[in-house]
Amino acid sequence: MLGKLDWSAIPFDQPIPLIAGAIVLVAILGVLTWVVVKGHLPYLWSEWITSVDHKRIGVMYILLASVMLLRGGSDAIMMRIQQAVAYQSQGYLPPEHYNQIFSAHGTIMIFFVAMPFVIGLMNLVVPLQLGVRDVAFPTLNSVGFWLTATGALLVNLSLVVGEFARTGWLAFPPLSELSYSPGVGVDYYAWSLQISGVGTLVAGINLVTTVLKLRTKGMNYLRMPMFCWTTLASNLLIVAAFPILTATLAMLLLDRYLGFHFFTNEAGGNIMMFMNLIWAWGHPEVYILVLPAFGIFSEVVSTFSGKALFGYRSMVLATMAICVISFMVWLHHFFTMGAGPDVNAIFGIASMIIAVPTGVKIYNWLFTMYGGRIRFATPMLWAVGFMVTFIVGGLTGVLLAVPPADFMLHNSMFLVAHFHNVIIGGVLFGAFAGFEYWFPKAFGFRLDERWGKLAFWFTFLGFFITFVPLYIAGMLGMTRRMQHYDVAAWRPWMIVAAIGMAVLTIGVICQIVQIVVSIRNREALRDRTGDPWDGRSLEWATSSPPPVFNFAFNPDVRGEDAYWDMKARAQQQSLERDRPDYQDIEMPRNSPTGFVCAFFATIMGFALIWHIWWMVILGGLGAWATFVVFAWRDHDEYVIPAEEVASIDRVNIEERRNLVSMAGAAR
Amino acid sequence: MTMTATAGHAQADPHHVGLVIEHPGPAPKRIVTAYGFWIFLLSDIVMFSCFFAAYAVLSGQTAGGPRGSEIFEQRNVAIETVCLLLSSFTCGMASIAADVRNRFWFYLGMTVTCLLGLIFLVIEFREFADLVARGYGPSRSAFLTAFFSLVGCHGLHVSAGVLWLLTMMAQVFAKGFRADVLRRMMCFALFWHALDIVWVGVFSVVYLLGSAA
Repeated sequence: MLGKLDWSAIPFDQPIPLIAGAIVLVAILGVLTWVVVKGHLPYLWSEWITSVDHKRIGVMYILLASVMLLRGGSDAIMMRIQQAVAYQSQGYLPPEHYNQIFSAHGTIMIFFVAMPFVIGLMNLVVPLQLGVRDVAFPTLNSVGFWLTATGALLVNLSLVVGEFARTGWLAFPPLSELSYSPGVGVDYYAWSLQISGVGTLVAGINLVTTVLKLRTKGMNYLRMPMFCWTTLASNLLIVAAFPILTATLAMLLLDRYLGFHFFTNEAGGNIMMFMNLIWAWGHPEVYILVLPAFGIFSEVVSTFSGKALFGYRSMVLATMAICVISFMVWLHHFFTMGAGPDVNAIFGIASMIIAVPTGVKIYNWLFTMYGGRIRFATPMLWAVGFMVTFIVGGLTGVLLAVPPADFMLHNSMFLVAHFHNVIIGGVLFGAFAGFEYWFPKAFGFRLDERWGKLAFWFTFLGFFITFVPLYIAGMLGMTRRMQHYDVAAWRPWMIVAAIGMAVLTIGVICQIVQIVVSIRNREALRDRTGDPWDGRSLEWATSSPPPVFNFAFNPDVRGEDAYWDMKARAQQQSLERDRPDYQDIEMPRNSPTGFVCAFFATIMGFALIWHIWWMVILGGLGAWATFVVFAWRDHDEYVIPAEEVASIDRVNIEERRNLVSMAGAAR
Repeated sequence: MTMTATAGHAQADPHHVGLVIEHPGPAPKRIVTAYGFWIFLLSDIVMFSCFFAAYAVLSGQTAGGPRGSEIFEQRNVAIETVCLLLSSFTCGMASIAADVRNRFWFYLGMTVTCLLGLIFLVIEFREFADLVARGYGPSRSAFLTAFFSLVGCHGLHVSAGVLWLLTMMAQVFAKGFRADVLRRMMCFALFWHALDIVWVGVFSVVYLLGSAA
């Protein structure tokens, strides 16, 4: 009846996950009770859960990423403490538990923090920057988000019901095959990634179509803001790479569930095929994450330098070059496979070539700042901090791309330090910069600068105190994934790293305080102009937060830096502007399709993990029925009448006029 | 298609001299939908190529079991191929009928497409059942694993296509040739033709090369 599920699945003998699970459960129940008692449920349902508005979906993505950042972060804290104390002792974590923690940490941070964070920002901003009303497929967008949430839910469920994979974040066979991992851990891993992977693919298709087919009038390719370009590149990579992950995990699951022999030791299975497939997805994945961050830095650096982005066209070229080359380097993840010196040399050189367009970008940002009027607001701090940090990470990456060096350093703490260096210094700093930069656009008030700067400095310093010791420990020969060790030389570095982790944690706490303080002071921090940073692209041309239809009429773009251009022209024409010809706007209706679909996907995923076959069928039928119901609806749009559009827009124009006249007076 | 070339306005963008391509604004819904679906199809083809790659890697790994030439039946594959290629033709007829809003030819085209798809599926299913009964199931060897997965993945897509096809017929019956129904019909037709292309790959890589070896 319940497949493999019984009481032994609950880890009564392990206090840490159980207590953590209990706390989370109490917190969730508390929030739910509060929501229901206060009567917020109808609002949440109609305005957020069923929303197909790209801005709301973007916010929900970022919320999911933030919550999961705390979860993945607590895993990191546990690991750093374990390695600090586990010198010539077992430490405080049993080995199987430690193995689950590092697997969960990697899986969560990549799939449920970095991915939703950048997809959330892209969702929030790209349609605004393109000057359009929504993404290409709004309901599908909602489906994509909720499927991602399903994946996150399943991973967290593994904390208290059953176990998570102990195989590392990519579940390499044969360790992940049934004979070596008979429990449900790998199944939790694989199904949560399969389900959220579908969500990611859907988001990718949606954003590619949006950028390529839904630009406002006059928005030629070479007038698109840089963030739209990097979004395009990143989502092209999603569309090309995520099916590989889907296929690879499907093969692993077939091996585990039906006794197939893709990656087994017996009957001719080929383990290295898994490595090739998973990294053919995994390497582009790095660029899927970091390219949008590059786009954010481009926007931030040019806005806060008060200059157009230096070398815009070379930036576009660099972005697309990275997009293409990132697919040709995957083999550097296993130089030690034994493919031979020729193959290794080719992939080594290809890996180093990526540093060229990346270098172009760094120089472009520097030249954008050169001679500009730089304002060191919080987003700019993150951007400058990124440039310093990322250069270190990039250089150690080039070092690892030398096959002989890689033979010495692969699977060492040096490698761990390198990829944290690029992912934290690149993606996470970018995500935070974007968060601080676009927060006023999303919510209508700015974030507290003082706490923001504190958060930056603690995170920045904490990052270096944590990861420089790991580089050194790696050079001293410490390998990754160690539960405990007996080498005295490594110990001091592990202790320093743990201290760094504490500093990093203070940075995270500052960020939480920043949000709380800003919400309290929101009236003082209110952004009435819609353009708090004196921005250059179209998202600043509408009010903060934007109305559901984004723009009252389609903006007409005449050059690069669309909004900057408009402001300049408005000043020249002494603020005279024709009364726009408002028209009725058709917007997609809210739909519970995404949520219901994810509900059934959760049931199906859970049932598949525990081999509860009747429930699998139930979940599948439910998902199918949801789609039929969706396909059968007759009214998928509603109309906002022109008068309403006009009255909403009038307020915006009035405040904006004040802004432009004030700016004109200042100059 | 969404771009129109207009001369003049050269001063609008200092980097361009002479010909300026002005972007006219968002594309119509029909184009957007079809474009998005094309992108989905490309991603689906990437997934298929992983299974093709796996088959290429594992096709020699028979682990003492049968090789391709010992189990493939040319006659069945020929019938399957004819069915599928013909169904693409009838699917095209149904699409044209939908475009000119001719219910009779639409239903006829779709019914024949459905029947051809079902014949294909039955033959494939019998081939699989027969192999399993002889002890040559997917767990026999890595070669058979890759074979069943690649061909089975295509078969699953055809099954999904048949379900979609029936849904489309029901939609036309219930809603008529409405704009959104026509857009879905266009996507279905793209899907069905794409399956044909994948089958040509399966047919060549698995059956033709396999029988020759």
